[in-house]
Amino acid sequence: MRITVNVNGEDRTREVEPRHLLVRFLRDDLELTGTHWGCDTSNCGTCVVLMDGEPVKSCTVLAVMAAGHEIRTVEDLADGERLDPVQQGFIERHGLQCGFCTPGMMLTGRALLDRNPDPSEQEIREAISGQLCRCTGYLNIVRSIQWAARKEAEDARAEAAETAGSQA
Amino acid sequence: MTTVDEPAVAPEERPIGFGRMKRKEDPRFVRGKGRYVDDIKLPGMLHGAVLRSPFAHARIVSIDTSAAEAHPKVRAVVTGETLAGLGLAWMPTLSMDTQAVLATDKVRFQGQEVAFVVAEDHYAARDAIELIDVEYEPLDAVVNARHALAPEAPVVRDDLEGRTDNHIFDWEAGDADATEEVFARADVVVGQTMLYPRVHPAPLETCGAVASMDPVDGRLTLYSTTQAPHAHRTLYAMVAGLPEHKIRVVSPDIGGGFGNKVGIYPGYVCAIVGSILTGRPVKWMEDRSENLMSTSFARDYHMTGEIAATREGRILGVRVKVLADHGAFNSTAQPTKYPAGFFHIFTGSYDIEAAHCAVTGVYTNKAPGGVAYACSFRVTEAVYLIERMVDCLADELGADPAELRMLNLLRPEQFPYENKTGWTYDSGDYPACLRKALDIAGYEELRQEQREKRARGELMGIGLSFFTETVGAGPRKHMDILGLGMADGCELRVHPTGKAVVRLSVQTQGQGHETTFAQIVAEELGIPPEDIDVVHGDTDQTPFGLGTYGSRSTPVSGAAAAVVARKVRDKARIIAGAMLEVAPDDLEWTKGRWSVKGDPAVTRTIQEIALAAHGSLELPDGVEGHLEATTVYNPPNLTYPFGAYICVVDVDPGTGTVKVRRFVAVDDCGTRINPMIIEGQVHGGLADGVGMALMEIIGFDEDGNCLSGSFMDYLLPTALEVPAWELDHTVTPSPHHPIGAKGIGESATVGSPPAVVNAVLDAIGVRHADMPLTPSRVWQALDRGEVEAPQ
Repeated sequence: MRITVNVNGEDRTREVEPRHLLVRFLRDDLELTGTHWGCDTSNCGTCVVLMDGEPVKSCTVLAVMAAGHEIRTVEDLADGERLDPVQQGFIERHGLQCGFCTPGMMLTGRALLDRNPDPSEQEIREAISGQLCRCTGYLNIVRSIQWAARKEAEDARAEAAETAGSQA
Repeated sequence: MTTVDEPAVAPEERPIGFGRMKRKEDPRFVRGKGRYVDDIKLPGMLHGAVLRSPFAHARIVSIDTSAAEAHPKVRAVVTGETLAGLGLAWMPTLSMDTQAVLATDKVRFQGQEVAFVVAEDHYAARDAIELIDVEYEPLDAVVNARHALAPEAPVVRDDLEGRTDNHIFDWEAGDADATEEVFARADVVVGQTMLYPRVHPAPLETCGAVASMDPVDGRLTLYSTTQAPHAHRTLYAMVAGLPEHKIRVVSPDIGGGFGNKVGIYPGYVCAIVGSILTGRPVKWMEDRSENLMSTSFARDYHMTGEIAATREGRILGVRVKVLADHGAFNSTAQPTKYPAGFFHIFTGSYDIEAAHCAVTGVYTNKAPGGVAYACSFRVTEAVYLIERMVDCLADELGADPAELRMLNLLRPEQFPYENKTGWTYDSGDYPACLRKALDIAGYEELRQEQREKRARGELMGIGLSFFTETVGAGPRKHMDILGLGMADGCELRVHPTGKAVVRLSVQTQGQGHETTFAQIVAEELGIPPEDIDVVHGDTDQTPFGLGTYGSRSTPVSGAAAAVVARKVRDKARIIAGAMLEVAPDDLEWTKGRWSVKGDPAVTRTIQEIALAAHGSLELPDGVEGHLEATTVYNPPNLTYPFGAYICVVDVDPGTGTVKVRRFVAVDDCGTRINPMIIEGQVHGGLADGVGMALMEIIGFDEDGNCLSGSFMDYLLPTALEVPAWELDHTVTPSPHHPIGAKGIGESATVGSPPAVVNAVLDAIGVRHADMPLTPSRVWQALDRGEVEAPQ
């Protein structure tokens, strides 16, 4: 089947088998290997990408189901050289060790902050509870997302102050 | 305390040497630019898949591969017969046994490798293994280790000449007579049978390899998920008869190891054979079920312990009998000279007069392995045994578990301490560590809260564990891998502009070596860590050494990095002397520079010295140019990190659900190189411990079918099952390590399971129940006061 998927803002067209998984479409066909694969049963979440802004496990989405939708992967998180605050948070708060779960965790963190800019610790833990990390014991992942939330709030305040200043 | 959200230091405060510092490897990982084995794509690469046995025990009658071979995208089908023609049907294990690469005579566990297909793509390879027709004659399976030695038990290893039973070894340590003597005069003796169940490392990246054999020059390049690239290369040379200088093993970014990636698996060998047969690169990545069902499990120790004490609670002796389930092949990936690894450190952290252990290993129709998963070669089992036995003793005496431990802990003046089974503990202040943990937890207040809750019928438990780890493998008298000693090489080169490259024989799987080792060299030379490149994981680019497992990177390779940097520093002194026209003895070192004693303004930085070493300066007699050195570090002793852990749980009496409310961990790993990385290591190990204590078990039915073959059934803790860890530390440097560091990778995995179990049992008022303490098992224990052992 011939499908067109908008991946990271760009329409990508490929011929795929109906059984082809989205994770394999991204990794094998588009060579976006930042999306990982770890279990096949929708439990580990290393394959999480954003589909129309919502986290999905790309090992349980067929590539054909993504046709006509917008997919965002870890490769699109940074704006050129400028890291997304979630990415920066994972560096600042040691939110990763082996790095295998990290792309999925960061995308879930991004989606959470997009709908809830000031999540509680419990809300963060619930948001990432569909994903496994074997290295960090989760605490520093929670702190990384908290760091990003604070950073975005500070940036927003600074921007508001600047706007107010320029209007005065 | 690090419960406070401590920041990594700002760039301008970045340490030149030890201290909290952000990781150098993180920028690539947060951009999705890590390079794991499955990310590797070589020109013309084919894909392999393994056909596995559906039976735990069955004779192979026939294998028909014709339909698979006829598949248009299949390029090769490999069976045990193909391999036998190459002399590769069986391979040696790291425990001097043999293991089938692809089964020829019979299958011995569910999930065992039977055939290998190489095809143009991943899906085609998977399709084609379904086309292979294998006729099996099912046999009775040996599933329960307790029945493995029964006379009527089927013989698992009838391939071994003269083998008529499932016995692998009997081994003992300690002094049986002296132990009997202290037991005879003890006021109190408590016995307890317990099982440390079979669990699995389950790194999120499964195992796999890309093999590329160049048919022209005969060079094999193998990208593989290995924690020990050099050891693997040597073993491939020994097993496959390939010349070692023509093998390059590359371990790129690794998505977690935890011991799972120490051994050599049949899939790696099949990928190599696939590449030899097709003349093209072959990738093999196992799926999650294959990982859980066939690769190295951990534990599976059936233990019967006894502890003897005075009425006042002084522990006199401890002894234990162990039945060790090694699965179908004895392939425990452990380098010690003892079949039970370091289990004989089971006297733990206590001053005990006499001790004895006897371990019997048996074959069963289950996956092979046995030593994996952050265990320091059975120290996990040893610590679990002694820490459970101490709590059983406390229960018997009606004593407080914290006071009982404090009474028996080794005292600082007893170090170096030789225990009764032959280990020399290097250093420690155990009472200070336990006191600190009790203070942080607010132990007295917790006990008060518990009394009040009990009065209201609420179940709250407080569990303690005090562990002594044994890491840094290791001295040649204790260990080797198939005759290879456990030394590690290190090479350091300072470039003319003062930047440096350090090459290691160990390999990170997430521990942050690129940062930690740069910090070690920075501490010794005063070159900023960001100016030091750390090269590892490629046998063509690094010196020989045995790899990363058993928390050995910092104790062994970290020592090598410090020693090699000191060699460079010594050479720099001679060159600085020539630059300043003074005798080297008249110079003194402050971090980053040699200066004239008493005149610090007359000085040369390490960067200036590096340039001079490569320049036109007239060098002193006997000094070669350039600024570099190599070393090989032979550890004189193991290192002994330790810690005190306190776990607080609440148990729902209606459902048996356990909530881990708090976990206090005070660790001592000697000198701390990067506290941020150390804390991360501890956090991960604590979560592992909660998982093992409450959730994880690789179970089997009576026919040997694996009941835990996916993450639907093998449960790992998520962010909701673990608390916000509360960490602190003490620092007792190792006296024999160049920088006093002891290693931290496995401390928390070793120390935390007994703390969690002790807390749950404290809550429900039951002396013992086996892990995992799932809601149903806790509820059963509440209901009956005991639970059946899991299978």
